[in-house]
Amino acid sequence: MSLLLRILIYLVAAPLLGGLLAGIDRRISARMQARLGPPLMQPFYDVAKLWCKEPLVVRRSQNFYILFFFVLTVFTGALFFCGSDLLLVFFALTLSGIFFVLGAFKASSPYSFVGASRELIQMMAYEPIVLLTAVGLYMVTHTFSVDQIAVGTHMPILLLPGVFIALMYAMEMKFRKSPFDLAASHHAHQELVRGLTTEFAGPTLALIEIAHWYENVMLLGWLFLFFSMHWTLGLAACAVCFFLLLVVDNVCGRVKWLFALRSAWIMTLVLGCGNILVLWLLQVFGILKLS
Amino acid sequence: MVGLIPLLVAFPFVLGLVLLVTGSNRVRRPLVGVGVIGVIVGSLALAMPGVPDSVMQLPVSPEAVSKGMLVIEAVITLYLLGVSVRTRQPLIALMALAQAGLLLPMELGGHHAEVARNLVIDQFSVILALIIGVVGGLICLYAVDYMQEFHVHHHPEMHDGRRSFFAILFIFLGAMFGLVFSNNLIWIYFFWEITTLCSFWLIGYKGTDESKRNAQRALLLNLTGGLGFAGALFLLVSHGGPVELDQLVLAKPALVLLPVALLAFAGMTKSAQLPFSSWLLGAMVAPTPVSALLHSSTMVNAGVYLVLRVAPVLQGTVAGILVALVGALTFLVASLAAITTSDAKKVLAYSTIANLGLIVLCGGIGTHEAVWAGILLIVFHAIAKGLLFLCVGVIEHKLHSRNIDDMSGLILKMPRLSVMLQIGMAGMFLAPFGMLISKYAVLKAVLDSLPLLAIFIVFGSAATLFFWIKWMGGLLVVTHPHDNVEKNIGWGKWTALYSLSAMTFGTCMLFPLLSKYLIEPYVKTQYHLAQFTAMSDGNIIIMVIMLALVSLFPLSFINYGRNVKVIDPYLGGANRDNGIQFTGAAGTVRDMSMQNYYLADVLHEDKMMRAGVIFACVLLAGLLLKVVCS
Repeated sequence: MSLLLRILIYLVAAPLLGGLLAGIDRRISARMQARLGPPLMQPFYDVAKLWCKEPLVVRRSQNFYILFFFVLTVFTGALFFCGSDLLLVFFALTLSGIFFVLGAFKASSPYSFVGASRELIQMMAYEPIVLLTAVGLYMVTHTFSVDQIAVGTHMPILLLPGVFIALMYAMEMKFRKSPFDLAASHHAHQELVRGLTTEFAGPTLALIEIAHWYENVMLLGWLFLFFSMHWTLGLAACAVCFFLLLVVDNVCGRVKWLFALRSAWIMTLVLGCGNILVLWLLQVFGILKLS
Repeated sequence: MVGLIPLLVAFPFVLGLVLLVTGSNRVRRPLVGVGVIGVIVGSLALAMPGVPDSVMQLPVSPEAVSKGMLVIEAVITLYLLGVSVRTRQPLIALMALAQAGLLLPMELGGHHAEVARNLVIDQFSVILALIIGVVGGLICLYAVDYMQEFHVHHHPEMHDGRRSFFAILFIFLGAMFGLVFSNNLIWIYFFWEITTLCSFWLIGYKGTDESKRNAQRALLLNLTGGLGFAGALFLLVSHGGPVELDQLVLAKPALVLLPVALLAFAGMTKSAQLPFSSWLLGAMVAPTPVSALLHSSTMVNAGVYLVLRVAPVLQGTVAGILVALVGALTFLVASLAAITTSDAKKVLAYSTIANLGLIVLCGGIGTHEAVWAGILLIVFHAIAKGLLFLCVGVIEHKLHSRNIDDMSGLILKMPRLSVMLQIGMAGMFLAPFGMLISKYAVLKAVLDSLPLLAIFIVFGSAATLFFWIKWMGGLLVVTHPHDNVEKNIGWGKWTALYSLSAMTFGTCMLFPLLSKYLIEPYVKTQYHLAQFTAMSDGNIIIMVIMLALVSLFPLSFINYGRNVKVIDPYLGGANRDNGIQFTGAAGTVRDMSMQNYYLADVLHEDKMMRAGVIFACVLLAGLLLKVVCS
């Protein structure tokens, strides 16, 4: 498949899939709370409506940061689905996240400031395990290339279960789900108001939502890499993981930022680093030979 | 061009002596200007294409030079004894005497090793010379304006020692040039000691109790490193080993491992690795140009330069692993410590220590990939860190504070400087700017040799991210109108600031060329590789695309304020008119305020540093034990 075609498919399909996932998310969450929930297409209606609203800002340049957040998120996804370098994908995603945070700082309202600060703490919390994922996959496949990892001869999940579990923990933060929805709450009546997105309105808020769809699809792609030997298994695993994220979201209350940071680092240290250590020892002593 | 080298080394020394005898401020300005132009043009001329690796002819015989150095070293020892008596620090005398004791019998007793090439030029020394000449030169230019303002407006009570100050700056640059072009280790040692002495004088410039104390600590710790260097020389000469840097790398590792480990030890003290980091943190008390010089273009680079030079010997040895561990530990601890402090200069100091840790880590690993990454780190770090220090220097003078929280709204108070500060920060940590390219390379090099060290890197990077972005974000916050205070800054300062900003950006754009024409050829010769491409073309293209994307960001400001309706922020109550006050419960009027997180009650700076020092001491003890036993 040519590179251009892949990019094109990604550009069109990812937001559709992401929006659909958001719809499924809301339906399932509603059922878990014994509600009927909105129609499946509700996220698209929401975004369309936001797009028509008046653009309100506190600081005149705050929306530029969000525009670049959006562009870089889409770019990052394109890198990933073109099978480029995984480490660069991670770095690019961090860059887009930084633009989001800077936009919130720029808005200069206390609630977006708190949201931005907390988002930063969360970034610090999940960054190690995200990078460690690249480390683990490199140790198994000897490459950072997404394409080559995907066609590797070893099933990464079998060698990297610890890294995977720790990464799932971080995913809860990346998907902005409870118990780690402490940077941008979904429920604006709480102490955080809307955190990061408090001062963004109209089309800009719609852009944030669409960027989130793109990002979610790519995050599921990361999880898929662990099972990439078997396509069907990989897709099933992604579905199960997504469902698990929803379950956790619905049964947990929000935690404090310190707990989020500590627990994520402890998970990373124990499961992630432990996994890497075992893998390294197995290779050093020649028990495990990876081509 | 090669004939330039002795000139390039001698020129700053001579200029320094001239500056020392001319007293008037009016003469000093043009003289410093001449000096700055001299070192910049000289170092650029060396970097012109076709750098040959050849023997250089000196205008005087090498023996005479060596004798001259010996005399100066003896004078330095006497001077240090004097310092020791004056400050009642017997340890300084002990260190000075121990070094003399190791070296004097060797130099006087006719143990002269044959040295074929006293000076050498290769791509690595050219890179370092460019950093010293261009970045160092710009800092000297900045210093002229800065010191004027420092003495006239801010510290009229202080003794005006600018005469010796500028003399020492140039002698410092001369010593650095000497250090990177010497191949004879005894000569390197001579320049090494001069940089130690220069930093001692510069740190103690203010003459307050604190600066005196910190200067003495810097002197003591660097003399400890010097003792390691002297020990290495002693071992090499007494066992008939090579005293030439290029021969040392070629010798059998088993024969030279002990002296090389001692040289790496010396490098780590100069580069302020744990457990010696305290001297560089203490060096903040000096005027800002001194910090900039020490942190970016001179002092600390000497240390990592030496470590990277001897890296091929360290490769794959236990000693190398221990060196790498010290670097990795330093990176992690310093990055975490930088989160806890709100003093801008201290954040920069911790970040320097952390980055040097990464470079030492590269040296310890010692593979060709690692050395490539390490050299790249030196380049990017020097430029961005120089810029950051110079920005903070101006801000401190104008805002009378260097607290990060006081810099909120800087975009209104000092628009140009705030943009430059952000460029510098972006250069320090943001994809796709320089440091991130290097970090990518470091991670890859680590994974190909010692994967477990990646654990230090991933946690350290996360901390780095946090402390930079929260600072950057703080600069953007604007709650109410401010007056523009960006006035009377002086063209010297602006020249330095603009040039370094452009260079931060330019080196990222041109990094593929830098790598292809300077770094890769050096690595290839050192490791006898026929082929070496550090980074695939695909990845370079991606990085260039990203850089282009990010550079489009300023363009969005064309649209500034169009098609939007400006409202007050939501404050959780009824807003007052000014947007920073609101009417809360029971009709009380409340102010809103925002403050950064420093995590000071989670991460304890003192405890972390202390633990880091203890661990690093254990590692260094292991290093010494290991080489002594083998």
